Formats: sequence, C-alpha cells, structure tokens
Amino acid sequence: MPRTLIIAHHDGDRLNPSTSKCVSCALELGNEIDLAVFAEDPAAVAAEAATLTGVTRVLTSVQSDSGHRLAAVLAPQIAATAADYSHLLAPATTFGKDLMPRVAALLGVAQVSDLMAVVSPYTFKRPIYAGSVIVTVTAPSDQVVVATVRIASYPAAAGGGSAPIEPLEVTCELPTHTRYLGLEASAGDRPDLQSAARVVAGGRALASAENFELIYQLADRLGAGVGASRAAVDAGYVPNDTQIGQTGKIIAPELYFAIGISGAIQHLTGIKDAGTIVAINKDADAPIFEVADIGLVGDLFQVVPELEQALADG
Amino acid sequence: MKILVGIKRAIDYNVRVQLRPDGAGVVTDGVKMSINPFDEIALEEALRIREAGKAEEVVAVSIGPPDAQQQLRTALAMGADRAILVDTAESVQPLTAARILLKITEREQPGLVIVGKQAIDDDNGQTGQMLAALWGRPQATFASRVELGDGTMRVVREVDVGLETIEVDLPAVITADLRLNEPRFVKLPEIMKAKRKPLDVLALTELGVESGSQLQIDAHEPPAKRQRGVRVEDVPGLVAALKQRGLL
Ligand SMILES: Cc1cc2nc3c(=O)[nH]c(=O)nc-3n(C[C@H](O)[C@H](O)[C@H](O)COP(=O)(O)OP(=O)(O)OC[C@H]3O[C@@H](n4cnc5c(N)ncnc54)[C@H](O)[C@@H]3O)c2cc1C
Ligand SMILES: Nc1ncnc2c1ncn2[C@@H]1O[C@H](COP(=O)(O)O)[C@@H](O)[C@H]1O
Repeated sequence: MPRTLIIAHHDGDRLNPSTSKCVSCALELGNEIDLAVFAEDPAAVAAEAATLTGVTRVLTSVQSDSGHRLAAVLAPQIAATAADYSHLLAPATTFGKDLMPRVAALLGVAQVSDLMAVVSPYTFKRPIYAGSVIVTVTAPSDQVVVATVRIASYPAAAGGGSAPIEPLEVTCELPTHTRYLGLEASAGDRPDLQSAARVVAGGRALASAENFELIYQLADRLGAGVGASRAAVDAGYVPNDTQIGQTGKIIAPELYFAIGISGAIQHLTGIKDAGTIVAINKDADAPIFEVADIGLVGDLFQVVPELEQALADG
Repeated sequence: MKILVGIKRAIDYNVRVQLRPDGAGVVTDGVKMSINPFDEIALEEALRIREAGKAEEVVAVSIGPPDAQQQLRTALAMGADRAILVDTAESVQPLTAARILLKITEREQPGLVIVGKQAIDDDNGQTGQMLAALWGRPQATFASRVELGDGTMRVVREVDVGLETIEVDLPAVITADLRLNEPRFVKLPEIMKAKRKPLDVLALTELGVESGSQLQIDAHEPPAKRQRGVRVEDVPGLVAALKQRGLL
C-alpha cells in the first residue's frame, strides 16, 4: 500500500503554513498521508497538524534537544522511517531544502526539487532555469520518492480534520558533529511572506534603508508582508529573508506590489503565482510590465505616498 | 588544510534561456556559458580563507564536458591553486555529482568542501547536502558568514525567518548563499598565470561511479504565460482598478 510521509516544518510551537500546502500536494498522489512532527515537545504542533483534512495520522517523535532543527540530526531518523513509505515530502522552504537532499542521499535515491504538479504518482513537473522551462520527470517506481514541494503551487489544505496522533519510535545513532547555536529572527510582526495574502516589495530604486520606510508604511496600510528584490537586499536596505525570486522566496499572494523593481527573470519566477501583480516603475519599458496585471508608470517617491494617502482616506 | 570547491559550468545568468524547437532541452549552441554564480561565491570564500592563512590549497573541481576546462581556467585565474575536471559528456544529476565529489574527497582529503547552494540551470539545490550525507559529515547550507575555529567552524545561515547560527566539526560541507561575499574580478595577468597552473582531467570511469540518471526527463515545456494587464495613468486609476478587482 503506497503511503506518503510529510515532514512537518514548524518552529517548535506552531506549524509552518507550508506544511499544509504539502498536504494538498500529497492528496494528488492519492496515498494515505502520515505527517511526522519531530520536536522537543511535539504536542501543540501535532494538535494543529491533526486538523488538516486529508492527513491519516500524525506521528510525533520527541527529540532530546534543539538538535532536531538540524538536517544532520533529523535526516537519519527520517531515513530510518522511510521503509514504510512510497513518498517522502517536505516543503521547499529553507527547512525542507536543507533536509531532504540529505535524506535522499542516505537512501541512495534522487530528489525531486520544487515539485509543482503531480502528473502521476511517479511523474512530476518542476521548474528549471528560474522557471523559464518546466520539465516533466519520472522517478523509479521501485524506490521511495523524495521531494520538496513548491509551496506557491498549492493551496493550504482545509482544516476541520481530526487525525489520530501516535508516537513514532525511531532508533538510530545521531551525529554530534553539528550543533545548533541559535536563531536571529528578523524583527517585526508583519505577515509571513510565504503565506501572506498581500505583499508589497521594493527594489533598488528605493536607494536607501530609510526610503524603504515608504514600502513599510504602504504594507502596514494594506496589512501586507514586505518583500524585496535581490538588489535591494544586497544593498542592505532590507534583511536577507525578504528576497523574493529564484534564489529567495517563491510566493503566491493574492495581491503583489512590485515597486521600483525592474522584473528580472530571477525575480519574476518568485511571483508567477501571485493573483494580481501591480507594478510601479518610472521606466515604461521595464520587463515587470510584461507580467503586471495593473501597471503604473511613475516616480515611486511621488506615487507611493499618494497611494498611501488615498488608502488612508478610504 | 585543503579546500575543495565545486565549479559547475552553466548557461550565463544573463542569457534568456530558449527551449529547443524539438522540445528535447534548451538551446546551448552559441550560448554564453559561465561559472554557476554561487560557485564563484564558493570559490571566493575558499580563497579568502586561504589568504587569511587558514588553508594552504584551494582545488577547483568540475564535473562536465571538456569545455568545462574554460570555467576551471577562470577559477584558476581567480586564484585556485589547481583544478580537476571529471570528464563526462552527459549531464550528471545531483546524486551522481555528489558520488563523484565523494570520490574526489576521498582522494584529496580536504578539510572543507564549498559548493554553491544551487546550480542556476537545473535549480536543484541538492549536491552539497548529498555529499555531506554520503561522506557522513556536517553540512552548513545557505551560508552567509563563515568563521573558522580550531577543528570547528561557525556558520551563519540564511533561513526563511532570519539568520541561524550553527557550529560544525571539520571536515564539513558548506553551500554558499548570495551574501557570503562578493567575488573578485579576474585580472589579465592572472589569466596568463592560470594557463600554467595544473588542471587534471579524469575520466568518469576512472572513479568507478555509475553515471546513469536517477530521474528520467520526459519533457520540456514553456511555463504558463501571464496575461498582459492594464495600464493606469495615476493613483486614482490604480485605486479604481484595485477596487474593481475586489482587492480594496
Ligand atoms: C545567481 C543569481 C540569483 C538571483 N536571484 C535573485 C532573486 O532570487 N530575486 C531577485 O529579485 N533577483 C535575483 N537576482 C538578481 C536579478 O538578476 C536582478 O539583478 C535584480 O532582481 C534586480 O533588482 P531590482 O529590480 O531591484 O533592480 P534594477 O534592475 O536596478 O531595477 C530598478 C528599477 O527601478 C526603476 N526605478 C528607478 N527609480 C525609480 C523611481 N524613482 N520610481 C519608480 N521606479 C524607479 C528602474 O526603472 C528599474 O526598472 C539574481 C541574480 C543572480 C545572478
Ligand atoms: N557538475 C558539477 N560540477 C561541479 N560542481 C557541481 C556540479 N553539479 C553541482 N555542483 C556543485 O553543487 C552545487 C549545487 O548544485 P545543484 O545541487 O545541482 O543545485 C553547485 O553550485 C556546485 O557547486
């Protein structure tokens, strides 16, 4: 009986929304779905996972320390569990991207990165060359499939389920060569980019960290997350984790504002699945206008404050 | 300590990649090829570690066709001490690349292997992690800062929610992210000097690694196209368009 195991991405307290999107992908495989939570105290995350419709069982593995955040510690435990499964999935977040290739190599199998569509249980679509080309790949059906799921390609799974929660016993030796020291989370309580319904992003044209305040203000007015192009991140206007694109975050908000962003292919691949793309750029020929649903040619330093004012006035 | 760096030959990031008319792949004839940008960053980091006196030798390794020697010469011009080409006509998938790099690692016994976080052709982002797994050593992926200690290394990693710090024992594998450093430009005299640096070519068969692909590639197709949208003249026009779509 084919079965899918999803590795939960969580922060210790809450399930990351990307996990729910993996469930939607797994549903297309048509298998029973187990969802594994590895944590020091998995109870809260497991309870949340159990509500996802489509999940057959939630499996919890109590970890002795923060080492569970490390691929080197987690991978052997997942590999040791793999024999029961035909498919192993995790979201293509930095968590899943770090972890799953290590799992695949321990199992001696290939990995399907950024799985965006299921054609059949062993045949999938995924983007290459920054999304310029989509390839269809087939994995051997006599091996476990290891994949990371391109979360922008899938909706969140419905809630309201009540899957049973069972302990997962894994015995294997864990390495001590890798130690978790800590996380410096980017400050702020703005919506998370990968699950936000609205995102306002700024590019090189903002020209300074101070000017980026314009982007923050508009985002706050809209209840939006804040994103950026690589150029804006490299210039130090905004933190690294705001980068959207091929080598940053792939997002799918309902509404996306690209402000002073030219629309390089590496950026566009990160926003292809957005509902409505609004572009504000002073260059009428900027490539961003080729994908924008609503384009406004103008100077952002004039347009953005005016827009913010218009929204404030209702 | 010796540092091994992965150098993949890939279509230059500025090229607009085109599908071949027969759908069997992308056009590569007459297309500019370069070092995968993340691998330049990986190499730059290795060079800085050597220049800081913490490593003696930097070895650049590429798995690819004979033409990949061009990229290795560029790596030598940037400052690598020597280069190894693992010659194979067919393109290798990450698991095979990792198995080959493991063989090279066993031969060369590096204290550190630095690769890119992803090759921008196939966008897999797997090879470094796979090598670390096969080698039974730590991985520090998406590195944005590296500090070498005594037999250990601290690495700051770019993760989705911020910056994570881990400590690993050496030897280990690093995958380089964009903000690790800014690679140097190659100067002309260095290009001349690089011609005299050693570049060994190994046949894949010499290493005893099976080449075959794990994933079968069935088809290439263009991505779905977004419809071209509307232009608005001013902010009131923008607000109206948003309202019309029910977004405000
Ligand atoms: C390996 C690699 C990976 C990459 N990964 C990514 C990635 O993940 N994400 C990403 O975004 N990029 C990525 N890039 C970079 C990408 O190629 C572009 O360089 C980058 O996206 C450009 O950022 P930008 O649009 O902010 O800057 P620019 O291209 O410089 O564009 C600035 C725009 O602002 C407009 N402008 C200027 N002043 C004003 C004004 N006053 N009002 C309105 N508009 C104005 C200009 O007309 C221009 O269109 C990557 C590159 C490489 C090599
Ligand atoms: N054929 C190759 N030759 C040399 N290095 C490679 C090769 N394939 C992958 N690598 C290294 O592994 C990194 C990640 O590649 P990938 O897993 O293909 O995205 C690259 O940035 C390179 O440093």
